[in-house]
Amino acid sequence: MQSIRKYFSSAWQKLFGDPVRAFGIVSLILLLALAIAPAKEHFSEWHGYQRQYLRLIRDRGDAISLRRRFEPGIHQIWLPELGVVDRCTTCHVGLNEASLGDVGQQPFRKHPAIPHSLDGFGCVICHGGQGQATTVDEAHHSERAGEEPILPARYIESGCGQCHQSALPGTPQLNLGRTMLTRYGCVHCHAITRPDGTKVLATDHPPSLVHIADKTTREWVYSWLKDPQAYAATTTMPNYKLSDGDASDISAYLVSTSTPHVGDTVAANTKTAANADATAGPSLYGQSFCASCHAVQNAAGNLVGGDVGPELTRIGNKAKPEWLAAWLDNPRIYDATTPMPHYRFTPQQIATLTAYLQGKSDSDYGMGVHLDAASPQQTAHGRKLIVELGCAACHEINGVQKPENFAPELSTIGSKPLAQVVFLPGMEHSLSSYIVAKIRQPRAFGASVKMPQFALTASQTDALTTALLALTNRGKSMPDNLRVAAVPDTNYQPAGHAGKLITELACFSCHRINGRGSDMAPDLTWEGSAVQRPWLTDFLKNPNTLRPSLIRRMPRFNLSDGDNKELTDYILAVYQSPSIDADLAPAATNPPEAVEHGRQLFYSKYACQSCHIADTKNDKGYIGPTLTQVGSRLTPGWVYAWLKNPQALRPGTTEPNQNLSDEDARAMTAFLMSLKSTGGRGVKQ
Amino acid sequence: MMTRLNARRTLEASAGLVILAGIGLAGCKHPASGTPALKATAAGTALVESSGGHQVGATGTVLKDPVVVQVNDDQAAAVPGALVEFHGSAGVSFDPAAAITDSSGQATTLVALGSIAGRYELSATTPGKSKPVTLNIVETALGYQQRVGSILADKYCNRCHDPESSAERVSNHDNLEVKPHAFSEGDTLNKMSDADLTSIVLHGGPALNRSALMPPYGNTLTAADVRALIAYTRAVADPPYQPAGTVYARK
Repeated sequence: MQSIRKYFSSAWQKLFGDPVRAFGIVSLILLLALAIAPAKEHFSEWHGYQRQYLRLIRDRGDAISLRRRFEPGIHQIWLPELGVVDRCTTCHVGLNEASLGDVGQQPFRKHPAIPHSLDGFGCVICHGGQGQATTVDEAHHSERAGEEPILPARYIESGCGQCHQSALPGTPQLNLGRTMLTRYGCVHCHAITRPDGTKVLATDHPPSLVHIADKTTREWVYSWLKDPQAYAATTTMPNYKLSDGDASDISAYLVSTSTPHVGDTVAANTKTAANADATAGPSLYGQSFCASCHAVQNAAGNLVGGDVGPELTRIGNKAKPEWLAAWLDNPRIYDATTPMPHYRFTPQQIATLTAYLQGKSDSDYGMGVHLDAASPQQTAHGRKLIVELGCAACHEINGVQKPENFAPELSTIGSKPLAQVVFLPGMEHSLSSYIVAKIRQPRAFGASVKMPQFALTASQTDALTTALLALTNRGKSMPDNLRVAAVPDTNYQPAGHAGKLITELACFSCHRINGRGSDMAPDLTWEGSAVQRPWLTDFLKNPNTLRPSLIRRMPRFNLSDGDNKELTDYILAVYQSPSIDADLAPAATNPPEAVEHGRQLFYSKYACQSCHIADTKNDKGYIGPTLTQVGSRLTPGWVYAWLKNPQALRPGTTEPNQNLSDEDARAMTAFLMSLKSTGGRGVKQ
Repeated sequence: MMTRLNARRTLEASAGLVILAGIGLAGCKHPASGTPALKATAAGTALVESSGGHQVGATGTVLKDPVVVQVNDDQAAAVPGALVEFHGSAGVSFDPAAAITDSSGQATTLVALGSIAGRYELSATTPGKSKPVTLNIVETALGYQQRVGSILADKYCNRCHDPESSAERVSNHDNLEVKPHAFSEGDTLNKMSDADLTSIVLHGGPALNRSALMPPYGNTLTAADVRALIAYTRAVADPPYQPAGTVYARK
């Protein structure tokens, strides 16, 4: 103790004994203290990057202008309206430098071209991470404080989705994810409200199970519940991983409570079916273009056909023949809102098609399923399971109410604080990896989790994750002028008998009219201005192919002459474009020299034959519709207006607007209108 | 005093070593990926690409098709049970990063490209009998603008410019008297300036004294659309496109 005190006092004497020396030492300490701040700045990470940047640009040809635009110090994009304080540009110095696009060394590369200015939106709105941080670790992976790390590039489109609620041409992954939210029925259980207050609505069509026993057997329901994908690989029905007993009990409840419905079944006409030719079934299936909506697995295991209706590979295992016959006769009796058209098949056709579809079965499917009659306790247990699993959120079920808000709302899932997330062991602590894991393996998060297993590919999971990450708090707090609202389908419903026909034929399942319907087939909003009466009448009777390269085509409905006239009258009278003035249109018949002039323009100046066929002998164009009989199909007013500006009549059509002069458009119209049907295909004159 | 201090230091150091070794061992026992160590049972002398090369995908995303390589022996017969390791530049990830060839001698991996647009040169390596054998695979990642271009090309251009037909889309290439150039034809397109490409898109083939079968898109596409299309063409060019800008002299 003594020695220590002695040592200190002698040291004090040596240093501060002399006032001059003391002053010197104190000055030195002060100087060092003052040096701390600049030294800290000098050795800070961002300063190192700025020095690196200066070294990088030193040797470039445009060093002088790059040097002039460079400002040392901390840079910040501050946008109070958007809540953005981003200092990322402190290290990412060259983001706006057009000439640094070829720089491989990060963080100096130019930002790739995007439609927005970086200064107007900052960085974290799209990329996530912590904008205010000035070190790499804190800005990019600030896991320690429970903050969101930077978003992996594969989900970057979620940034666009915060403002853009409608589909963007440049964000296919986000668009797919959004479609999946509605198509896979996510929103039946999870409510999602968009920032503008509109709800995301489901577009799938989960069948009602009220009359299920008319349609299928309890054994099929059991096998289906056990593994839906084993029946149809493409079905959107998820796998609930049910035990044998649970699946049996649920099937018992569904079948025992099913009520028979008049007209759901008809006695199968076995006699006519037996008389039918073996090729009649496939050819009727082909003629009716069932494959436009329904897929069937071919011998090679590939699915061929559309995905609007259910896959039919094993339909014979599922549907009872008497139900199938009734369904083919008029599907709207069993399900009033089905997207399936009412084909008006003849009894002979129904028998042929029923027999053909019944033949589409897999003898191994459902083998060894023998269910004993269920006791009342088992049936009651089935009902309990249906309530617990939320089956009624999607399907209408006798004796079970549709549950409200069955699963957590997802309107702001993209801003879920990491502190509220329970991560699985070994998982990266970020919201994106949590969402991916939750979609891939929901039951891994605990035995009590009710969310079923969806059969999704890796890219589908990524797309869904992108769409969910776009649902952020920031999206809700964005200023209104930055928001691009979703364009919902209208609830357009044509009136009268024609309206009833349009519903029965399910025209909206393929065509779009006045903002409602699918985009599989041409938009019919202005169809009345486009086509001629005899052609339309004939086409509705016997649709021939206009575009040779299309796979999905218009099916043939057996419309009565009265219904055909009703529909033709309605289309011609109502679906008229106001921009086409029939009085100002060029004439339908023209002098031969005008036709010849048009022909020359068609083949040489505008080279339309690259996409169209006007003369089957010489032309090979395989993109646009065949024009060999266009003079009998389209009106001269429509042809003229179309040639002048195709996009004005059908937005998004691929035919380029060639900016034709009035004279050229008139001459070409004269030529096209001269291409009349020879009557060979039975056009009524 | 000094000796005691030294002894203590050594003790601390050795304790530290023991802890480090322990961590190291624990790390070995539980690898982060959770996959068991791969054991090769055979070795080949050659590595060939079966499929999955020359794909074009968006930055950061997993490529549509997996990369499949095959290990062969001297007689060009497939070698099952050989180890193949995949490597790529920063940002590229493989699932799995190493694999044992299957019964047909093939190793398959899913590739996620990095977040910077451009060409990625990946490599697959197998230990081989005497020396390691390496195979290079090229993939392309498209940035936002280039991907917009690829979507536009699919809608407006590829029906004629892409000679390949698919079940969903039949190519119009062979129906045309003058054959259009595929967008990946670097030998032809790399020689054309951006201004020339822009004018042929805007005003059609006759703008450059070429065929009128190529229609003008000046009233259909926006200037940004055309820039995106050109950016896409440049990105997929093979051989790769070298911008003709200023050549910067190195000191």
